[in-house]
Amino acid sequence: MEIKKPAMAGTLESSDCQVTVEAGEGSIDFTLDSAVINQYGNQIRKVVFETLENLGIKNVRISVVDKGALDCTIKARVEGAVFRSLEQTEHLPWGGAIR
Amino acid sequence: MINAVGREIPEEILEMTGKEVFHGNHYYDGYEYKKDGPKTKCVINSNGSKLVDSIHDALVKCGIKDGMTLGFHHHFREGDYIVNMVMEEVHKMGIKDITICASSLGKAHDPIVPYIEDGTITNIQSSGVRGKIGEAISNGKLKGLAIMRSHGGRVRAIESGETRIDIAFIGTPTCDDYGNCRGIGGKSNCGVLSYAMVDGDYADKVVAITDCLVPFPNFPAHISMTKVDYVVEVDAIGDPKKIATGAAKPTTDMRKLMMADYCTQFVVNTPYFKDGFSYQTGVGGASIASTISLAKIMKERNVRMKFGVGGLTKPMCDLLINGQVDCLLDTQDFDLAAVESVKNLNHFRISAGEYADPFNKGAVVNKLDFVILAALEVDVNFNCNVVVGSDGMITGAQGGHPDTAAGAKCSIVIAPLLQGRIPAICTEVTTVTTPGESIDVVITDYGIAINPRRQDLIEAMKDVDLPFKTIEELRDIAYSIAGEPQRVAFADRVVGIIESRDGTIMDVVRQIKPFEFAEEE
Amino acid sequence: MMNPNKKRLRRTMMFLNAQKPGLIKDPYIYKPDSIMLDLEDAVAENQKDAARFSLYHALQEIDYRGVERVVRINALDTPYWKEDIRCAVAGGCDAIRIPKTECANDVRLVEDAVDFAEREFGRPKGSVLIMAAIESARGVMKALEICEASERLFGIALSGGDYTKDLQTHITGTGIELMGARQNLVIAARAAGVQCFDTVYTDLNNMDGFRQDVQNIHLMGFDGKSIINPRQINIVHEIFTPSEKDIIFAEKVVKEIDTKKAQGIGVFTVDGKMIDIAFYDGAKRTIELAKASGVYKGDL
Repeated sequence: MEIKKPAMAGTLESSDCQVTVEAGEGSIDFTLDSAVINQYGNQIRKVVFETLENLGIKNVRISVVDKGALDCTIKARVEGAVFRSLEQTEHLPWGGAIR
Repeated sequence: MINAVGREIPEEILEMTGKEVFHGNHYYDGYEYKKDGPKTKCVINSNGSKLVDSIHDALVKCGIKDGMTLGFHHHFREGDYIVNMVMEEVHKMGIKDITICASSLGKAHDPIVPYIEDGTITNIQSSGVRGKIGEAISNGKLKGLAIMRSHGGRVRAIESGETRIDIAFIGTPTCDDYGNCRGIGGKSNCGVLSYAMVDGDYADKVVAITDCLVPFPNFPAHISMTKVDYVVEVDAIGDPKKIATGAAKPTTDMRKLMMADYCTQFVVNTPYFKDGFSYQTGVGGASIASTISLAKIMKERNVRMKFGVGGLTKPMCDLLINGQVDCLLDTQDFDLAAVESVKNLNHFRISAGEYADPFNKGAVVNKLDFVILAALEVDVNFNCNVVVGSDGMITGAQGGHPDTAAGAKCSIVIAPLLQGRIPAICTEVTTVTTPGESIDVVITDYGIAINPRRQDLIEAMKDVDLPFKTIEELRDIAYSIAGEPQRVAFADRVVGIIESRDGTIMDVVRQIKPFEFAEEE
Repeated sequence: MMNPNKKRLRRTMMFLNAQKPGLIKDPYIYKPDSIMLDLEDAVAENQKDAARFSLYHALQEIDYRGVERVVRINALDTPYWKEDIRCAVAGGCDAIRIPKTECANDVRLVEDAVDFAEREFGRPKGSVLIMAAIESARGVMKALEICEASERLFGIALSGGDYTKDLQTHITGTGIELMGARQNLVIAARAAGVQCFDTVYTDLNNMDGFRQDVQNIHLMGFDGKSIINPRQINIVHEIFTPSEKDIIFAEKVVKEIDTKKAQGIGVFTVDGKMIDIAFYDGAKRTIELAKASGVYKGDL
């Protein structure tokens, strides 16, 4: 799938994260700002990349501002941003690409 | 060399400081030594005055020079103006290589960071540091080694002569022209001057700074004129709003209330909870809530407290007002109710030495039944960290944590299992500040762990309906929710040491290293 | 076969905004019987999409430690409810709460969508239960047909805010405005053999008022109460905890009836008094409540 338009999901509240996506330049360009980057930076990156892979997104500029979100929240926000970008709100692939 | 809490203390640090590694809480029990004494310039001629016009003049009269050690107290907390005022003047005079020996430093002192960077300040000894000073030290900006020591440990260092304070600056809410200082009255009322008393006793020069000069005699003095060289009057020594806040509203956060309830249930089921028990607690929401719920049970069961110690807040002072405690022993006042309570005849001021110093002939902490504490991290060996954030940045203070924990019969740490995503219960704390041998119980929102060293407490709780777990189980729950945290990567340079109460080295703090992602797989 | 969870204990059902990670990450530590993850009123119109992803992964990945997970979908007159059901069923929710239920057909519409989603996502048929929130005068009048509309429906709940508006009054704190609806819903639920839950009490500064409210609905026969803050949980559980006297009596009733029935005897006596078989279910319920409250030490 290709990113259509810039989109954002999530908030800057504690335990949440804000994810922004826009069309990339042929690859995944990932930036992370997190208060827990020292302890969980690699884990957050892994979750973001896995989620993008599940969604079939290979070409994206994605930035995550993390406020201590758990993995389940990070996935939800990445998916939230991607599907907003695709403008898809129905017939979502629950249990398929979303997992 | 590996110390008693399993921390590797580099040889060069032992050499540089001439210190030993931590050998356990009672290593120095019975140790004999001769106390240090201050240089004293006699005042015999009755024509002179101790009043000087400015901090600048006081510095000149005290003979300020490169390499000196300056003492400060933290009774004005985040409202303190004294440290910044004095250091600005020292900086203007072009003095270098100053060692700051403060009972604590906070965010209020962010403005002195440039003086660390330019070499005005090259050493810091404090209970801890918050804010920008912490960041500066963690980033390697301080030329020398930061020494973090407990409230009792500071008194020990000064009394033993390990630290010699050349000039102590004592901010005092009221003072007369001859140097009698009192912690009550004036515009910047902080109640007591406990942490400054050792400075008065042992510093070579003592400068009292006040914004409320009163006629002689300002009695009863908390720090006597017999110890004070000069008095300076300034416009403001602090921001009253930040010195003693209004009493915190009791928390309505169910997580904290739940932990407070666990704590109270635990306390009342120990054998120490009986008429005449003693108790100290902190200022966190859960600590305050547990004092309130404890007061209720004390009333129901007709149990009186003999004495309360602190770091005092309204709920502790209410015990005195309601006749539930015989007396309060006060080292610091956190809210206006506590400041007000100082006037009560059974509210006694004690010095930091009386409170917590391990190198005198016995301190109040040794007589405590219970202390309720907080922690940033607790590991599976019950070692606590209250100074260094899980990200490796210096961000807190030892305060009386190691002192009270070592002294009390039952030391309880309350911490939510997860602080954001960060597990508070972990395999190994980032930095050890209080050894596990001092900590008896850890209370979290997910359950309670008793230190296996305390089989007696485990036995006492056998039939108590509380969610008991092992400390490893708590850690595993935390890791299962948040994932196991990666260990913070530090640079090699040691920027600070965590000193044990007795002056041995508990741990070292290393310079922070910017995060880098692991290699792509 | 009836879903065994249909009659589970539901003294407290705690509302949580499904879009707030800080709220949904560990409500189980407060030990409510059920949580209600909300996609409806708590979620802003422009966050309806994002809330579903949050809900899905929470259901999939957070171990709620036995707490029932009910999802409140958006109302049937919105464009959201069908996808809400797909998301909740795929995520593995235990039940769907229908807001603003007006008639039996509303329940059937949801039942069909749930049925479809169970098949789509490979969940056993009947594994997802339904509850209906009644928020209007019309809904109150149709309560019995709503209760009987679906085999999946485990209970109904009063939603007092909207209902009182519809009634042209408001929440007074006295309960007067809710009297008729409360009575009507409990009667309908009992007639249909399903559970009945009371509306929220929103004034968190008045815990005494809350306690009084819970005591009232407990006496009225409600099975539980919707709550908005974990501070309310212990009060409800305390009030719903049977007394020692009740427990001892219930235990005797259950044992007497079980033993005599096994011996083929149809006459039962407890403490010298004749009792009826009709006592049995109530006594069982008392034992279950006592167990859930942690006060039952017997062997039943």
